[in-house]
Amino acid sequence: MSNAPPTNPLNASCPTPLPQHERVVLGHGGGGRLTSDLIEKLFRPVLSSRVLAEGDDSAVLDTGTGRLAFSTDAHIVHPLEFPGGDIGRLAVCGTVNDLAMVGARPRWLSAAFIIEEGLPTDLLARIAASMQRAAEEAGVELVAADTKVAPRGTVDGLQIASGGVGLIPDGRDVRAANAKPGDAVLVSGPIGNHGIAVLAARGELAFDTTLRSDAAPLNSLVERLFDAGVAVHVLRDPTRGGVAASLNEIAKASAVSIVLNEEAIPIDPQVEAASEMLGFDPLHIANEGKLIAIVPSGDAERALTAMKELSVGEGAVPIGRVEEAPAGRVLLETALGPTRIIDMPAGELLPRIC
Amino acid sequence: MCLGIPGRIESIEGDELLRQGIVDFGGVKREVCLSCVPEAIIDDYVIVHVGFAISMIDEEEAHATLEVLRQMGELEEELGAAQGAEPGGDTGGGS
Amino acid sequence: MKHLTEYRDKDLVHKLLGQIRAEVRREYVLMEVCGGQTHSFVRSGLVELLPDEVTLVHGPGCPVCVTPLEVIDRALKIAARPDVIFTSFGDMLRVPGSEADLFSVRAKGGDVRVVYSPLDAVRIAQENPDRQVVFFAIGFETTAPANAMSVVQAERLGLTNYSVLVSHACVPGAMRAILDAPGNRVQGFLAAGHVCAVMGYWEYPPIAEQYKVPIVVTGFEPVDLVRGVLAAVRQLNEGRAEVENAYQRIVSEPGNREAQKLVTEVFELGPRGWRGIGEIPDSGLHLRDAYADFDAVRRFDVGDIHSVESPVCIAGEILQGRKKPTECPAFGTECTPDHPLGATMVSSEGACAAYYRYHRPTVTVNG
Repeated sequence: MSNAPPTNPLNASCPTPLPQHERVVLGHGGGGRLTSDLIEKLFRPVLSSRVLAEGDDSAVLDTGTGRLAFSTDAHIVHPLEFPGGDIGRLAVCGTVNDLAMVGARPRWLSAAFIIEEGLPTDLLARIAASMQRAAEEAGVELVAADTKVAPRGTVDGLQIASGGVGLIPDGRDVRAANAKPGDAVLVSGPIGNHGIAVLAARGELAFDTTLRSDAAPLNSLVERLFDAGVAVHVLRDPTRGGVAASLNEIAKASAVSIVLNEEAIPIDPQVEAASEMLGFDPLHIANEGKLIAIVPSGDAERALTAMKELSVGEGAVPIGRVEEAPAGRVLLETALGPTRIIDMPAGELLPRIC
Repeated sequence: MCLGIPGRIESIEGDELLRQGIVDFGGVKREVCLSCVPEAIIDDYVIVHVGFAISMIDEEEAHATLEVLRQMGELEEELGAAQGAEPGGDTGGGS
Repeated sequence: MKHLTEYRDKDLVHKLLGQIRAEVRREYVLMEVCGGQTHSFVRSGLVELLPDEVTLVHGPGCPVCVTPLEVIDRALKIAARPDVIFTSFGDMLRVPGSEADLFSVRAKGGDVRVVYSPLDAVRIAQENPDRQVVFFAIGFETTAPANAMSVVQAERLGLTNYSVLVSHACVPGAMRAILDAPGNRVQGFLAAGHVCAVMGYWEYPPIAEQYKVPIVVTGFEPVDLVRGVLAAVRQLNEGRAEVENAYQRIVSEPGNREAQKLVTEVFELGPRGWRGIGEIPDSGLHLRDAYADFDAVRRFDVGDIHSVESPVCIAGEILQGRKKPTECPAFGTECTPDHPLGATMVSSEGACAAYYRYHRPTVTVNG
């Protein structure tokens, strides 16, 4: 394969039909390769810090007397309310989970509401009540908030930017770069429910399911793991981009290979059916109440038992292992035997006819 | 080029060109145009491509073929076991 | 899922593979026509389990890949119009035209919407009487009945704001072009099962006879694919060149008569340009004059279209099965799914994308 630039008399500047994007496209928000591109190539060169470069779900900060985790998140979802949750619940759970994924105990949240002119006030009240319930479930307190109203048409109903702070107990070292060859890869339950439930609720593809979003706080699940004495290496909640995106990020950060067993991956039959119909890969679909835990293989049984004690972890199963090579790659052992690559998803999840 | 998946007809309304119904794909349901499978009735399985039923599934045929395929494998194994007892025996060779 | 999962039974697949291994006694070069079959071979790992004697050549059964560049450029111009809601299957959104793709048109303000079914596009037209709704009607014969139905429905509903941009491809003409091409290596075909669900397989005997190639109607799941390969191998061993049905639960020889009637009501067969291959006679469907009102080409004057292909891209040779993606100098370097040079890398059905996604590098586990 030659790396020499091609000769192209017709277009001397760049032969590729689509050079660097001159505008942001929706795929840049998909949590896949385009999102990585946006962050790496546009933001990082001009707006970055050592901590931000570490790329974990939350920033881990040393105060001098202990460690803090600090996280921020923005939520855009349509429709605002869907089976199993709403944008408010996503905001609380999303931030709580970002903190929990670095081993922190979430304590305080902030929420900034950007409200579209014309949004029904009873809808807003329901969402606020849902956030309160989620906060109580997670044992966190909303301590800072802001509201702005944007002119009709400039914001799609409601957007919420949330932030959070948590305290990291000594002795915990949970980072994307911590996966070690020989580790077991566990997931806390079936994947893809949130993405499909929201897609169905959106109505554009006109299909119905009884699936509900799995949006839930995972901090209690994380505490259970530590209480059981599991030496947790990596935690990640596979949101947009799905399990495929999360594992690719971890494989790269840890410079290891992650090998999944196709038959071990738990998928709800309706997620499978919708994926077959629309041509999706369940590994690319977002989750909002699931975690991936990478632990020493000797701790795997204990970790699974601990997770299954809580309803949010009742479907916990092992799905793969960490190996040394090929570093940075995620592989799948297919049901038939051969292994293939699980790539970082591109961007937006698109149904296909082919 | 043809993502077509099997689903069970749950309900039917309209007729001829307007014939449509709700098809159940393992719990996921969608409205599907049934105008080109006029003989299909409720509980029949159809192959659906882009919201359109392109064919019925002949369940008896499907069942029969699977049986044949499963037994073909077994027959080969039996033959192989028998031939293996002969000198230079090999399970190679068509059935 | 019933009628799907049974055909992924790995024990049955391995048994059938054992049968193939027992029966191969020469080299076999088979073409699987349909992109969905390519995808399934690669995704399931089956492509690596076939004995070395069997070479799979990936066919041009990817409607996204073979849609002419001019059609895509026209689609982009129509989609950019403020009065238009441009609806399309998801596959087409990332296909690059000469300068842009539908995603970037949307980023600039074009109303581009993905639909699962053309009938959903008709509904969008009903719900938006003050906007023009255009549906990008691509596909092979499998999709033609649904696309035809959308036009019939629009006519019945008296919609004046629905039109279709048609780029339909038909398989038999393409098969002939592949067999006619100098240096053709293909000895047998796994015919596209869902195309045949609509069309039947009565069109194939003249091809089998003229070119002396076995044609096996094949499905998409691993058991179906292996059955197809086994049948083709047997025919070639026995010197036969027949049309055989290995997807009997879905396909019959006459096919779906109602669907065919619907298609011929709305469309007629004609020549068609295939991206990367060129013009093939009797290989495309075009709107009949009776439905000319629904033709987006006539309804929207978008001016001249100057389409410029990438000079590096060898998609044409890949689509005809003459080269493998790994033989392309740009594969994986300049040309990746993120910045594709040609349609075979964009479409998840395209051979290049399938190779990139699943085989870079290949790590085999004995199974």
